[in-house]
Amino acid sequence: MPNMSPNKCPMPEQDPNVRNKNFKEVALGYTEEQAVEEAQRCLNCKARPCIAGCPVNVQIPDFIQLIANRDFSGAAKKIKQTNSLPAVCGRVCPQESQCESKCVRGRKGEPVAIGRLERFAADWSMANEKPESAKIEKNGHKVAVVGAGPSGLTCAGDLANLGYDVTVFEAFHKAGGVLVYGIPEFRLPKAIVQREIDTLSDKGVKFELNYIVGKTGSIDELMNDDGFEAVYVGSGAGLPSFMNIPGENLNGVLSANEFLTRINLMKAYLPNNPTPVMVPKRAAIVGGGNVAMDAARCAKRIGAEEVYILYRRSEEEMPARNEEIHHAKEEGIIFRLLTAPTKILGDENGWVKGVECVEMELGEPDASGRRRPVVKQGSEYTIDLDCVIMSIGTSPNPLIRSTTPDLETNRKGCIVADEATGQTSKAGVFAGGDAVTGAATVILAMGAGKAAAAAIDKYIKSK
Amino acid sequence: MYQIVEKKVLNEQVKLFRVKAPHVAKKAKPGQFIVLRVTDDGERIPLTIADYDRKEGTITIIFQEVGATTAALGLLNEGEYIHDFAGPLGLPSELEGIKKACVIGGGLGCAIAYPQAKALHEMGAKVDIIAGFRTKDIIILEDEMKAACENLIVCTDDGSNGRKNLVTNELEALLQAGEQYDVVIAIGPLVMMKFVCLTTKKYNVKTIVSMNPIMVDGTGMCGGCRLTVGGETKFACVDGPDFDGHLVDFDETIRRSKMYKKFEQEAMERHRCNLEEVIKNA
Repeated sequence: MPNMSPNKCPMPEQDPNVRNKNFKEVALGYTEEQAVEEAQRCLNCKARPCIAGCPVNVQIPDFIQLIANRDFSGAAKKIKQTNSLPAVCGRVCPQESQCESKCVRGRKGEPVAIGRLERFAADWSMANEKPESAKIEKNGHKVAVVGAGPSGLTCAGDLANLGYDVTVFEAFHKAGGVLVYGIPEFRLPKAIVQREIDTLSDKGVKFELNYIVGKTGSIDELMNDDGFEAVYVGSGAGLPSFMNIPGENLNGVLSANEFLTRINLMKAYLPNNPTPVMVPKRAAIVGGGNVAMDAARCAKRIGAEEVYILYRRSEEEMPARNEEIHHAKEEGIIFRLLTAPTKILGDENGWVKGVECVEMELGEPDASGRRRPVVKQGSEYTIDLDCVIMSIGTSPNPLIRSTTPDLETNRKGCIVADEATGQTSKAGVFAGGDAVTGAATVILAMGAGKAAAAAIDKYIKSK
Repeated sequence: MYQIVEKKVLNEQVKLFRVKAPHVAKKAKPGQFIVLRVTDDGERIPLTIADYDRKEGTITIIFQEVGATTAALGLLNEGEYIHDFAGPLGLPSELEGIKKACVIGGGLGCAIAYPQAKALHEMGAKVDIIAGFRTKDIIILEDEMKAACENLIVCTDDGSNGRKNLVTNELEALLQAGEQYDVVIAIGPLVMMKFVCLTTKKYNVKTIVSMNPIMVDGTGMCGGCRLTVGGETKFACVDGPDFDGHLVDFDETIRRSKMYKKFEQEAMERHRCNLEEVIKNA
C-alpha cells in the first residue's frame, strides 16, 4: 500500500537560531525509517514523468522502489548508473523545477521528496559501503578536461568509465569548482565533494591543480604538444558582474564570489585561519539566486547582526531554490523584495555607510518571461549598512576564448557549442556547463558534461 | 608541491627564492605574477615574478615579510616545498619599442623594477634607474641594478647611504636637466607611484605603474583587485598588473588596499586571546 500522506516526510534540520551561528549542515538527512516512509509515497506510476525532468536521466521510480524495499545499496547503485555525483545533486539540485515538478503526487499535495531520497541513498552508500574499485580497461586515448567543477567532473567520470586516460586541469589549488568555492559547507559539506573526487581519482582520473588553461598552457598546446586527442571545456562562469552604480568601489562592497570564496574555499570562517574576511555589522546582498541566499546566510553565520536580501522582482521570480529561501527566512534574513539599489553611500573614509534604494513594481513580461520590474516614482529610501555584496550574476572567464582564436563565442562571451553534443567550432574541442550557457545550475552543467563525454567517445572512435 | 631550489636573504626582511615550477617558467614573461599558498590551509597571496629560467624550469620571487603568510614563507629553506604555486597570471609588460626609459623602484619594488630594467637593457634601450629605500641597511640588488643600466641613483629617506632624497626629487632633477624618456616605469609603494605620476604628468612623460592590490584567485573571479583606470573599473589580475599611471585613481586604490586591515587585526587579536586562554588552562 502506498503512503497516501499529502505531505513529504519532514526533513530533520538544525534549529534555525542555532544553525545561523555555525557552518554545520542545515538539513540532517532522513533516517532509514523516514526514507522508507517517504519512498512509499511513490505510486510507481506507468508514465514516470519525473525521469523526463532530470537532466542526467536518473531512473527515479526504480531507485525509490529499491528504498521502499529497504535495498539501500541497490538504490545507490541504480542512481550511480546515470549520476556520478548523487550526494551532491540530492542536496543542491532545484528539484522543485525539475523531477519533483513532474511528480503526479504534486497535483494533490506535495510531490515525492525525490531529492531527499537521492541524498539518503547516496549518503547511506558512502557511510556503509567501500567504493568499488572496478578494474577498467584503458583504451589508450588521452582526453583533457578544463575545470574541476560539476560539469568537468561528470565528463571526466564518464570518460574514465569508458577507459579514457583523463586529466582534469584546475586553476584553483583544489578540485570541485563551485561545489567548493561557492556552495557553503552548511548546504554541501566539503567532505562529500572530496569523496566524489576521490572516487574519480580511484578510477584513474588525474588532477592537475594550479594550472590555468589560457595562461599556464593553451588548448592548442594541450592538443598539439601534450597529446590530448580531445578537450572538454567546463570552465564555468566565474567573472562577477557589478551593477555599475555609484559607490561600487567603496570599501565594504564586494562580489559574492569574493565573499564566498574567502569563506568556503579559503575557510576564513574557521578560527585562526590566515585568510581574512569582512565581518559586516549590517549587510545587504543584492540578488535573488542561490548565490545570494548563500552569501546572506554566510554573513549571518560569521556574525552580521542584520542581513538584507535586496531583490528587484517579487519572491515568485526569485531563481533560488524554494528550500534556500525558506531556510534563509527562518535564519533571520530580512527580505526587501521589489527593491533595487541605485547608489551606495560612503562615509568620509570611503567605507560603505548605506545604500539608496528604489521600490519597483512589476510590469509586462520581459525576454526571460518574468515580469519586468519598473521603478516606482518617488519611492527612494536609504538603508544604513556597512557592507554590500553583489550577487547579480557571473559570466564566463575570457582567459580561454582570448587564447583560443578559433573557438567561437557569442556576444555574452559564452562558448558556442552544440546543445546535444557540446561540439564547438574547433575540431576535437567540446564545451558545456556555465561556460556555454552562462550562470545556471549544477545539474544542467552535469548533464552537459555527460552528453559531451558520449560525444567525445564517438569522436575519438570515429577518427 | 613546488621545491625551493635556492634561498637568498637580501636583507633582514626581504628574501629571494628560486622555485621549481616548470609549467609557470615555460610561459612566464616580465611583469606577470604568480599566486602561492605556503601550506595546505594557507592564504593565497600574489607575488610578481622577479625572474625566470625556462631551461631550469624555475621562477624567482622576492618578498618582504610583512604578514603571517610571508613570514611563514620566509621560514622555508632550500630543498623544502611550497604547497601551491600558480601562474603566470596577468598580462606581460609591453616593453617593445622603448629606446630610453627611467625605471624607478621603491624598496621591495626594486625586486620587480630590476628585471624590467634588465629586460630593457638587454633589448638595447638606454636605462636610468632610480632606487629609493628607507635606510641603507635594507638596500637590495644594488650590483644587479648597476649592471642593468647606464646610470643608477640610489637614495635613502634618512640619508644613511650618503644620498638623502626622495625618488620623485631625483626624477624631477633628471627631467629638469632635459632627459627625454619614452617611458617612466615606477614600481613601489602606492604613495610613491602616485607622486611619480604627478611629477611625470607635469613633463608629459608616459608612465607605467605595476599594481599589486588585494586578490584571492588572480584569474578574474573575485573582483577584489578592482581599481578605477581612466574612469573605468578594471581588474588588476586580468587587465593588468601594469597600467598607465596617469589614468589610475591612486587615492581609491590606497583606500581599497586597507580593506582587510581591520579584520586581520581583529583576527590576530582573537588568535592572541585564544592562545592566552590555552596557556592559562594549561
